[in-house]
Amino acid sequence: MNNFEFTRATDVADAVRQIAADPGATFVAGGTNLIDLIKEGVTKPSRLIDITRLQLNRVEETSDGGLRIGALVPNSDLAYHPQIDKRYPLLASAILAGASPQLRNMATTGGNLLQRTRCFYFYDTTTPCNKREPGSGCSAIDGLNRMHAILGASEHCIATHPSDMCVALAALEAHVLAAGHNGERSIAFADFHRLPGDTPHIDTNLNKDEIITAVELPPNGFAKNYSYLKIRDRLSYAFALVSVAAALEIENGVIRQARLALGGVAHKPWRDRRAEAQLSGAPATRESFMGAAQTLLSDARGFGHNDFKIELARRAIVRALSQAASATPQSQIDKRVR
Amino acid sequence: MTITLHVNGVAKKLNLAPWTTLLDALRIHIGLTGTKLGCDHGQCGACTVLVDGRRINSCLTLAVMKDGAQITTIEGLAKDGVLHSVQQAFIDHDAFQCGYCTPGQICSAVGLIGEARAHSAEEIRELMSGNICRCGAYPNIVAAIEQAMSRKPASRPKAEHE
Repeated sequence: MNNFEFTRATDVADAVRQIAADPGATFVAGGTNLIDLIKEGVTKPSRLIDITRLQLNRVEETSDGGLRIGALVPNSDLAYHPQIDKRYPLLASAILAGASPQLRNMATTGGNLLQRTRCFYFYDTTTPCNKREPGSGCSAIDGLNRMHAILGASEHCIATHPSDMCVALAALEAHVLAAGHNGERSIAFADFHRLPGDTPHIDTNLNKDEIITAVELPPNGFAKNYSYLKIRDRLSYAFALVSVAAALEIENGVIRQARLALGGVAHKPWRDRRAEAQLSGAPATRESFMGAAQTLLSDARGFGHNDFKIELARRAIVRALSQAASATPQSQIDKRVR
Repeated sequence: MTITLHVNGVAKKLNLAPWTTLLDALRIHIGLTGTKLGCDHGQCGACTVLVDGRRINSCLTLAVMKDGAQITTIEGLAKDGVLHSVQQAFIDHDAFQCGYCTPGQICSAVGLIGEARAHSAEEIRELMSGNICRCGAYPNIVAAIEQAMSRKPASRPKAEHE
């Protein structure tokens, strides 16, 4: 690791003050991705600001009946929290589909949102990468791109966002609360992460001198009809090739409301409102699900090694929606896909 | 920076550079080499230790961030010369071959049992997936953890050639 200064923040205002004072500084909490990036020489912070002593580790009811999750709540505590388990099982399922128990014990809610892509070239400092070194080129477009994006990519970057948790948060229409010099603001989850465009080095719309304080969930957790289906190379402890968060409200066999978000396919959790609108009012049948998949993937494009992901995503969408409709969500223990 | 780690019940005052991992602090600065360096990237679990009772990857943890914490390593599990039930179960079930991943496997299993989320072999397998065994001792590792969880007497699984 490179040498860096190490300081502790005493409260949110102090954290904001410290990050603004040093352009090379970065916050550290769980460190599961950041410490790795420093070891690899991908990130070279001048200063780490330890925020783990801030009081941001509670899960609380909000006035509108939703939940406010403190930015420092560990992934494992969140997945097993009784309110999450009961009211937002899609979120619990997505969290348990990711990483390992050790990593989930360390990783925080805010940190999960800010983790970087696991694109091999981003990590390999001997190769060009526009995300790591703007203007140097993208090695993945003509390289090994089996894990890479099929939606929303650009000629500058075809990396994917690695999170499972964020796919569920996108489907649930969470909000990210961020504090800065001008107080706290709320960012809709869909507006938090960015597509690569010609600035792939910028992952999110969080400002440099802002800190995530919480994630808020709206009251509706789609607890009855949901599924998180993750397809990967091994049964556990691997990033998604394709993952699908599906959530439905069904009345008398007709879909009243649908949410559909994909992981492993784009630079951000991929949500398609056209596909959701198409499902709304439609019968909860395989034909409707196939139609939604068709719409969602109409602009999908492969780069060679990852062409298979388009058909895989199509099938995963139909399967996840079927699992949600029949109230038989994918188990994260028994990985057989039914 | 000067910090104190409570390692296996003993307070250790250390003067460390901030970029020292908890793994390096344990192995190099304290001399407890039971905790293993495997991948050094949080992918293999060989470095697993318990911090305030929770299993974590010590290779991805900065020691200075654990100032004041209670750390339990493989060296701290046996009490008064008696092996921890998980250690004994690993011996009873021959749950290792080369042994390199074993300290991490055992610390992870102790954490798993404390979490009380695993109630079947299937759940043990899923919730031990952060620990890789290159020798492939998985069936015996699962059997050992089942024994430690239930504290039932050891019954050595028969190998196919026996």
